Amino acid sequence: MRWWQIRKRDADLARELQSDLELEEEEQRERGLSAEEARYAARRAFGNTTLIREQTRATWSWSWLESLAADLKYGLRGMRRNAGSTVFAILIVGLGIGGASTVFSVVNALLLRPLPFRDPGQLVWISNGETYSTQAEQYSDLRDQNRSFSDLAGWSGAYSAGDKELTGNGEPERLTSVPVTQNFFTLLGVEPLIGRSFTKEESEGKYSAPPAMLLSYSFWRRRFASDPNVVGQKLTLNSQPVMVVGVLPASFDFASVFAPGTSIDIFIPWPLTDNTKPAGNTMQIVGRLKPGATIQSAQAEFTILAKQLELQHSERNPVFPRLVPLEKHVSGQVRPALVVLMCAVGVVMLIVCANLSHLQMARMGTRQKEMAMRAALGAGRFRLLRQVLTESVTLSCCGAALGLLLAVAGTRGLAHLHAFNLPLLESVRVDGNTLAFTLLAAVASGVLFGLAPALQVPAYKLREGLQAAGRESSGSRHGWFRDGLVVSQFALAGMLLVGAALLIQSFLRVLDVNLGFQPERAAALRIDPGFLIPTLAQQNSYVDDVLRRARSIPGIAAAGISDVLPLDGDRSWQVSAEGQVYDKNHHPEAFIRVASDGYFEALGIPLKSGREFTESDRASTEPVVMVNETFARTLWPGQDAVGKRVTQDGGRRVIGVVGDVHHGGPERMGGLEMYLPMRQTGDYAAMRLVVRTALPPEALAAGIRTSLRPIDPNLPVTEFQTLQGLVDKVVSPRRFLVMLLSGFAGFALLLASLGIYALISYSVNQRTREIGIRMALGATRGLVRRGVLTKTLRLALAGVALGTLGSFALSKWIESLLFGATHHTSRQNGFSPRSSSSHASARSTVRSSGYTLKYCFSGPTFPLRPSLKRGLA
Amino acid sequence: MAKQTQQQQRTGLLQGTLDMLILRTLLYGAAHGHQIGKHIQRTTNDFLQMQHGSLYPALHRLEERGWVVSKWEVAPDRNREFKYYRLTEKGRKQLLVEESQWKQMSEAVARVMWPAAEES
Repeated sequence: MRWWQIRKRDADLARELQSDLELEEEEQRERGLSAEEARYAARRAFGNTTLIREQTRATWSWSWLESLAADLKYGLRGMRRNAGSTVFAILIVGLGIGGASTVFSVVNALLLRPLPFRDPGQLVWISNGETYSTQAEQYSDLRDQNRSFSDLAGWSGAYSAGDKELTGNGEPERLTSVPVTQNFFTLLGVEPLIGRSFTKEESEGKYSAPPAMLLSYSFWRRRFASDPNVVGQKLTLNSQPVMVVGVLPASFDFASVFAPGTSIDIFIPWPLTDNTKPAGNTMQIVGRLKPGATIQSAQAEFTILAKQLELQHSERNPVFPRLVPLEKHVSGQVRPALVVLMCAVGVVMLIVCANLSHLQMARMGTRQKEMAMRAALGAGRFRLLRQVLTESVTLSCCGAALGLLLAVAGTRGLAHLHAFNLPLLESVRVDGNTLAFTLLAAVASGVLFGLAPALQVPAYKLREGLQAAGRESSGSRHGWFRDGLVVSQFALAGMLLVGAALLIQSFLRVLDVNLGFQPERAAALRIDPGFLIPTLAQQNSYVDDVLRRARSIPGIAAAGISDVLPLDGDRSWQVSAEGQVYDKNHHPEAFIRVASDGYFEALGIPLKSGREFTESDRASTEPVVMVNETFARTLWPGQDAVGKRVTQDGGRRVIGVVGDVHHGGPERMGGLEMYLPMRQTGDYAAMRLVVRTALPPEALAAGIRTSLRPIDPNLPVTEFQTLQGLVDKVVSPRRFLVMLLSGFAGFALLLASLGIYALISYSVNQRTREIGIRMALGATRGLVRRGVLTKTLRLALAGVALGTLGSFALSKWIESLLFGATHHTSRQNGFSPRSSSSHASARSTVRSSGYTLKYCFSGPTFPLRPSLKRGLA
Repeated sequence: MAKQTQQQQRTGLLQGTLDMLILRTLLYGAAHGHQIGKHIQRTTNDFLQMQHGSLYPALHRLEERGWVVSKWEVAPDRNREFKYYRLTEKGRKQLLVEESQWKQMSEAVARVMWPAAEES
């Protein structure tokens, strides 16, 4: 039988029963009974016809669907009757599930969904030590000699944003290009959408003059409006013609996987045979394991290979290969934060369930009579339980529909947050997995919050239920359960609050870190000339010209030129003081910056001793260098660095020492830094004008461009960066976590307060009569109020106490995400990291407990008023 | 109280065998629910009182399994339509199966209960 025939069949059954009943009646009449007696006798013989019909229907194969539909219909009708509380419940579930699904989509994109490559499980990230990249020569030998990988490929970590200038095709524009090895796309399993990948010949040219390029999908869409005819054309990059050989597919988003928060426009071949390629550790390596090879065996092989290579080629930089699955490399750093978020969402969902459970139980209390009547009419326990659960699941599914809308909006929002440098954030969206998760969350929470009221059902005894209808007869029995719900809501909300408070505190501490420069009111613009500068003298006159013009713009307090900005770039050299010998494996390594005069003033980097670069530090004068304090302390401990000499770059004399800059972001200490004067070297990849202004930096952009146009009419108009923006980007993952977690904590607190409000107003309503009698007997309003408040307070206190205990455990657990105890406070106050961070957590615990308590004081006074009046009437 | 216990015994007995009894009754020819119930009741001298709450679900279950088919027909003596159930070929086979199972079962029970009977 098909389900759509059920109606017809049901009518048939009714007719069958009716005809048989009439026959019985006729037979009774024939036996000599009166018409009325015969009817009663027949009915007695038959029993409960409704029940017979129900039981018969239960044998039909699709009957469950029908009874589900009936329950659903009934549930919906009930929801419409209680529109107020239904809307409230749907809103709560919707917000809870919306948050949960949004976080799940983030987790799904970052941790669960495979990377957008072929067989991503076989891909391995091969770094040099923890974070460094590898020398290209070492890469070539590793690639040729290993047996674990079917192939290795790499890209140049030394690429820098906006290093190629596109001209002759509309507005000039700075592009970011990444040099990749010829097999890079083949290894990842990425097929160009149009055209082809690089050929062998194209990968054997000159590093500085690539013959071919591949366009990223987003750049192709933006600049060429997805015109397929661009493939095969020659474009002008840095004044050289470069052939477009293909366009990469939309699914291949290099930046979101390997360099979150940036955008990559084009890919160029990296000729490993060319000796002009950038020296030093620049190769970022990805390998594809052979079938059957494990990462452990590969690691063992590479460790041995690296030792052999070091013996054979002592002139190269040593390599310490460290193999990590690519998936882990990409999402590893955000994993703990995501786990915390997922747990927070779980806690919020628990609170949501506790809250609704409460609401449903209160509703069940008023439906006691209905349930008793149903039981009297023959409904079994299981049948009633199923009905109550159907109602709660219906409710939660309505909430989930709302939640899904919120999640779609939420993920859209997140995917467009380019300011956050989290990997794969662009691919966050609501997909099949998220839908399944939402459905699961809806059903699970529906069952969870429906279970307590549903289990309450059989407790209604027939007579008791019918007589005491409306009055709470099972109150004392379930009182502890309600109290427990409120206490646990407070405990959970308390823990969330403490967690959020701890993370906010460390976020603020991160923002408070003295970065070593002043990002406020500082901005940078790329000003690489569009023409080639053949000699140092010509370069210096360009520098002079730019600086003179920039400084004459009103509102600019200082201006300088540099090749990289703070928090960016990681070119490093091994450095040594003159006359010193260092152990090869512990050789001091310094970050190299090329800067002009005015740079330190523009960024607000303080000069500690000696002097800064001046306009007169030129190619013709003595080679000089500036270093930071850590550099000075490391190379010349206990001595004055000014006047000492380093052996690098033909030997240079230190003329000044400046403060340390946090190179890797506020949470990491900077290392050694060495500044080369721009007028004495041509060894840099970019020119960035850094200005400090009295005006908002945005207002300056136009002025700077117009005043520089006469020098270079092709100067691209894009990319005017504020330093504050750079800092914001670096702290954005933490901001992301803090934002979401405080949202959840606030929501949880709101729910917990609603929970206690509902409980108190409910219990006061239950006790209206009692309170009325008490007051008639002389109890004052204050006395009654105190009684209610005492109960509220007791519950809240119990919850907060439990939550406080829980948050001590919690703060241990999230310690890895907390910042601040390690660098500053601990050093200055002499605290050990652990004790100071638990000190901080204890403080936050107490503080948020206070907030929680304050909330519940304001809650329960409302329900007292109307109910008292009614009680006395 | 005593009556209730008796009734429980009867229904308990019925539950496993009701299907078989209905199929056997239909072997005589088509019959409607009321007739089937009455027939079983009469044949057992009212020992098995037909519970309508079991009869109709059982009939529908048998129909669902394809052991009986039903059709609305006019009763020869009443001039009204009743829903008549008829045994199918499948139902006939099922009856044989259930009958032999029942026989085995009752013989086994008998051997345990009255071992003397076997000796004689």
